[in-house]
Amino acid sequence: MTNSIEIKNIGKKYNITHQRGSYVSLRDVITNILKNPFKHAKHKAKQILGKIENEEFWALKDINLTIKKGEIIGIIGANGAGKSTLLKLLSRITPPTTGEIKLSGRVASLLEVGTGFHPELTGRENIFLNGAILGMTKKEIVERFDDIVEFSGVKQFLDTPVKRYSSGMYVRLAFAVAAHMEPDILIVDEVLAVGDAEFQKKSLGKLDEVSKSEGRTILFVSHNMAAIQKLCKKTILLEKGRIEMFGDTEKVVDHYVTKIGSRGTEMRWEKNETPGDDVAILHSARIINENRDKIPFATANQKIGVEFVYEVLKDGYIPIPNIHIFTPTGERAFMSHEEYDKKLGAVGKHRTTMWIPENLLNDGTYVAQIVVSTMKPLRIHLSQQEALVFSVVEDIMNSQKNDFNQKVPGVVRPRLKWETVQF
Amino acid sequence: MSKITLIKPKKTFSFEDIKELWKYRELAYFFVWRDIKVKYKQTFVGISWAIFQPFVAMVVFSVFFGTLAKMPSDGIPYPIFVYSGLLFWQFFSSALSETSNSLVGNAGIITKVYFPRLILPISGVVTKFVDFGIASLILVGLMFYYNITPSPIILLILPLLLLITFIAAMGGGLFLASINVKYRDVRYVLPYFIQMLLFVTPVIYPASIAGKWSFLLALNPMTGVIKASRAALFGTEPINWELLGISLIAVLILLAIGIIFFKKTERYFADIV
Ligand SMILES: Nc1ncnc2c1ncn2[C@@H]1O[C@H](COP(=O)(O)OP(=O)(O)O)[C@@H](O)[C@H]1O
Ligand SMILES: [Mg+2]
Repeated sequence: MTNSIEIKNIGKKYNITHQRGSYVSLRDVITNILKNPFKHAKHKAKQILGKIENEEFWALKDINLTIKKGEIIGIIGANGAGKSTLLKLLSRITPPTTGEIKLSGRVASLLEVGTGFHPELTGRENIFLNGAILGMTKKEIVERFDDIVEFSGVKQFLDTPVKRYSSGMYVRLAFAVAAHMEPDILIVDEVLAVGDAEFQKKSLGKLDEVSKSEGRTILFVSHNMAAIQKLCKKTILLEKGRIEMFGDTEKVVDHYVTKIGSRGTEMRWEKNETPGDDVAILHSARIINENRDKIPFATANQKIGVEFVYEVLKDGYIPIPNIHIFTPTGERAFMSHEEYDKKLGAVGKHRTTMWIPENLLNDGTYVAQIVVSTMKPLRIHLSQQEALVFSVVEDIMNSQKNDFNQKVPGVVRPRLKWETVQF
Repeated sequence: MSKITLIKPKKTFSFEDIKELWKYRELAYFFVWRDIKVKYKQTFVGISWAIFQPFVAMVVFSVFFGTLAKMPSDGIPYPIFVYSGLLFWQFFSSALSETSNSLVGNAGIITKVYFPRLILPISGVVTKFVDFGIASLILVGLMFYYNITPSPIILLILPLLLLITFIAAMGGGLFLASINVKYRDVRYVLPYFIQMLLFVTPVIYPASIAGKWSFLLALNPMTGVIKASRAALFGTEPINWELLGISLIAVLILLAIGIIFFKKTERYFADIV
């Protein structure tokens, strides 16, 4: 079999001063020069001589990989491990700092769905435009046009500007184009956990379908271990920009899940590491009991508080805290959010707690993802996967199991009200 | 049999880039098609706007500078004199501002798909040709109205003038596009800056007005373009080929500088938005 992807010594360095959202303004620069020309000149000179350390950060380092044609590879790892960066290098959105990648064939990514759609143009026009942006030739688009229209199910609106489409129609059309790219290498970054459900389902379905056709190489980033195990034979575990493990999915996932399980019920993020954007950042999170004491684990018949402290940095948004609870294999148990309230927009630190009622979670390990987002228009300020990991254990003295004497199946195990009458 | 792509750290410039641009020409065509389609979707509104803008500018300038200020115009009726200058000026300034915004304005696409980024400014400028074509109709009308017959050399020289304008707008625009990425407040002053350029270009006044300082005006490549177009249209003076040659060299240097800056910025642009 031939190689589909060869990665040699790849490294990617980000310049922290180039960090998103921290733009320099020309006015400030000019003011600084005018106010203090000598200091500025000295600073520049030092910078050129390399005396000032530019804040550099290697998001990926020494990555070596060979992937054969037709392999389906999972990529897992904690937040910030470099998964997205690796995919960005492969799709050439950003160039590597060192090393070399050899790809054979066309690369496409499912994140590109809808890229370049123009609201004023009709569905028909957007199929062509979007197709071209995704790298199809005009000939290919013409050939696949009918299939795309068929798949999208928006045939009767083909000559309507897409700004009049419902969001469902819009996504369907966008997805239809992306699904007909027929790339040799398909890369899929995890569909944002807070994203559109229909879209999520479609992507996974498409992935499943593509994975069955011969000769497609797929790279699939996900936190959903079940999906990874279902689709991928081999998996890469990234850790702090390096490959910690690459091999049989079963083994890699096992290793990773065990590792996550050893995380604690309290997290604190230092000044430079606080997850978040320029609107809201996360300071700390912990699992607490009714008296607001931190607990190392919870018992099933106890109220569990998932508490976190975040800070709103800017006016003009109503950031709403929400929490997603997953099983260690990435299945989502549920999500819940604070109610909309203008007070949530106030600049400053906020402490929020989600109370999980007693007797809801089954015994087992749970992973909490912490998100703060503004709803309209949707903007995710911070999203920390695996922010906390906690176990729920049976309270032996007062167990529900008494009647069953074995583990109750299911992610949740609520105590519901029953009514049984004899008649 | 599938083709191999090699991904390596980016160099500032290589000849591969030109080959690659050619490979992606179809995408450039689609971008142009999109912009024209969107702009002229409502055909009447689109065309009226393309005509209205330079026309109103002509009327305003004619009233203020032609009639009130009695601006000299080398013996040509002022409206047609100023319009011939405005035609090229509007092409230049709109292409320049389009190019300056090509990186920041397309961040949504740039962070999601790969294609040679130079496609964006190139197709942006090409789109402006359509506006130019439509606005030229007014010039033709004015020529009839004032009964002026242009020298046939205009047909020969027009492509050259458009080429120089194209390169000037691209070169300057690529440079400004990089500055625009680095300093996000630049975009607010750019429109004013571009408007100011009008006053150092002989659009509303003849280049001859500068007297012995006219060599300063010649530093501006658009001076050569506008002078040559008037020379060919109105036959008031012979075409200054030497000046045109200098303009061409100047814009090529400007283009080289623009490309270097653009390529340097393009490398990390997707990382900072
Ligand atoms: N454009 C960028 N500029 C600076 N740092 C970045 C940029 N993109 C990602 N990073 C950093 O690189 C690291 C890897 O990020 P990423 O590849 O997104 O991780 P993952 O997808 O595994 O969560 C993180 O620490 C992140 O903060
Ligand atoms: Mg990621």
